[in-house]
Amino acid sequence: MTATVPTVEKYGWTVILVALTVFAIPWFLWGIDRVVLGLPIWLWWHIGWMVVTAVTFWLFTTRAWGIWITDRDSAEATQGGQ
Amino acid sequence: MTATLQIGIIVAYLFIALGVGLVAYRVTERTAEDFYLASRTFGTVVLLFTVFATLLSAFTFFGGPDTAYAFGPEWILVMGLMDGVIFALLWYLVGYKQWLLGQRHGYLTLGEMLGDRFGSRGLRALVAGISLFWLFPYIMLQQIGAGGALISLTDGAVPFWFGATLITVFMVIYVVLAGMRGIAWTDTLQGAFMLVMVWAALLWVLASVDGGISTINAGLETDAPGFLALGGEWYTPQRMLTFAISIAFGVAMFPQVNQRFFAAASETVLKRSFALWPILVVLLFVPAFLLGTWARGLGLEADIAAGQSILPVVLNEFAPGWFAALVIAGAVAAMMSSSDSMLLSGSSYFTRDIYRPIIDSSISQNREDLLGRIGVAVFAFLALGASIWVEEIGAFGADTVGSLLVDIGDLAFGGFAQLALPVLVALYWRQTTRQGIVTGLLVSQIGYLGFNLLPEVTIGGVSLFRATYFGWGISIYCMLLGLLLTIGVSYLTVQSPEEDSELYFDGLSAD
Repeated sequence: MTATVPTVEKYGWTVILVALTVFAIPWFLWGIDRVVLGLPIWLWWHIGWMVVTAVTFWLFTTRAWGIWITDRDSAEATQGGQ
Repeated sequence: MTATLQIGIIVAYLFIALGVGLVAYRVTERTAEDFYLASRTFGTVVLLFTVFATLLSAFTFFGGPDTAYAFGPEWILVMGLMDGVIFALLWYLVGYKQWLLGQRHGYLTLGEMLGDRFGSRGLRALVAGISLFWLFPYIMLQQIGAGGALISLTDGAVPFWFGATLITVFMVIYVVLAGMRGIAWTDTLQGAFMLVMVWAALLWVLASVDGGISTINAGLETDAPGFLALGGEWYTPQRMLTFAISIAFGVAMFPQVNQRFFAAASETVLKRSFALWPILVVLLFVPAFLLGTWARGLGLEADIAAGQSILPVVLNEFAPGWFAALVIAGAVAAMMSSSDSMLLSGSSYFTRDIYRPIIDSSISQNREDLLGRIGVAVFAFLALGASIWVEEIGAFGADTVGSLLVDIGDLAFGGFAQLALPVLVALYWRQTTRQGIVTGLLVSQIGYLGFNLLPEVTIGGVSLFRATYFGWGISIYCMLLGLLLTIGVSYLTVQSPEEDSELYFDGLSAD
């Protein structure tokens, strides 16, 4: 079963998933060696970011699972161009 | 004492695995689909752990901590991006789509799926051939590693050829009996075991060091300044991204992983495992790689360049002998379990995509199942022969398990990564043509091989055959080349009548 996802939300998911990828490494902390509670601060970012990613992925599975694959748009989109 | 203990633990592990294999054999049907894919019945936990244990077990204990020891803990971020994000997204984009197509058309291998769409037995055999080309040395690597570990455990009492043969014979019996179902069950036990062990080891070290983590961090500041800062001379953005991207894409095309995309029992299983990837990554890699980094802060020494591994050193220093033995034996066993899955997939690629379509297409289900089991044995003994041959010629130290995995392993991952983008194009773009995908696959493979293996030469001021350009690994350039060629050549050519451009789209939206 694929939920019908509005186009705006489809693009929204693309942006979100790209952002999750881009900031998996905290580039803005490059060269920083501050230690918080025994671990480098960028390691805390990693731990937090993986949790955020997992929650986002879970939301994706409940709200948008199937987009680009089983939704009617993706299954028919390029047909006109044949 | 410790050596006896370690060998005892390995033997005990082997018998548990064999027991699981026997149980799996009893519940197994005699068909290729059951032998290779456990009849597509995996639940979330089994699927997640079998993919994880198959792929990363030995690296988690040896190669990864060694890298964190030598260069710093940033490798944790590489793994996060690689497995927690990019691979998870491929799990959806490649895995979910493959699963849907497998459900509809009964595919067991990647080559079968592509051959059907492009109406080409040649393409099917090409994909299987490329995969076997990379898989074979990777299996050898596991055999050499396990043989080397046996040498060091027994202080040379067991010669290499004997240890490697023993392990290979055992693996063949086990894989032939257990099939995918048994292997996945053992993987699950092993994955859970690894997770518990690595956290226990971390806590053990923390509890044993006077002053705990502040002592370790102080040691790092004096012994390895800059270790805790993000990035450095070795950890450049280009290097981190090259590893994360090419390994993530390579993972998705590794036969034993790619084939598991077909094996999920339901969509729910795929959804749950998709969301759990990042969590598993944090739980396993953060403690494992911190141990390597901390070893540096504690002033421990291992000659990584000479093939020593840091984790056994840490454990011997801080944990009781039995615990260290348990972890090391577990890691050796893990290495064997990776080979199990690779042997099974390798055999299925050969029988399904090369033997059946080209040599004998009239083969029955039962015969194919039997042939698959024979294929496992042939593949394993060929790799064994090659491993022993390599061993006789090249010298191999006793503790040579760790850093070699990173080197050769990365070449295989990069090789598999070259398959990913042409396959993605085919999955999502109707206008892909047979010439397009074949060109994309062939040229990227040849380019990747050439630039890695040929000696560097300079022609007219341009230096050729280097492994990196501008800090980026050659695998990234070859991936892009494969992508551009697949699209470009598809534009310039027309589909042949046997191609079915609707196959990957038709009916997917129906339910």
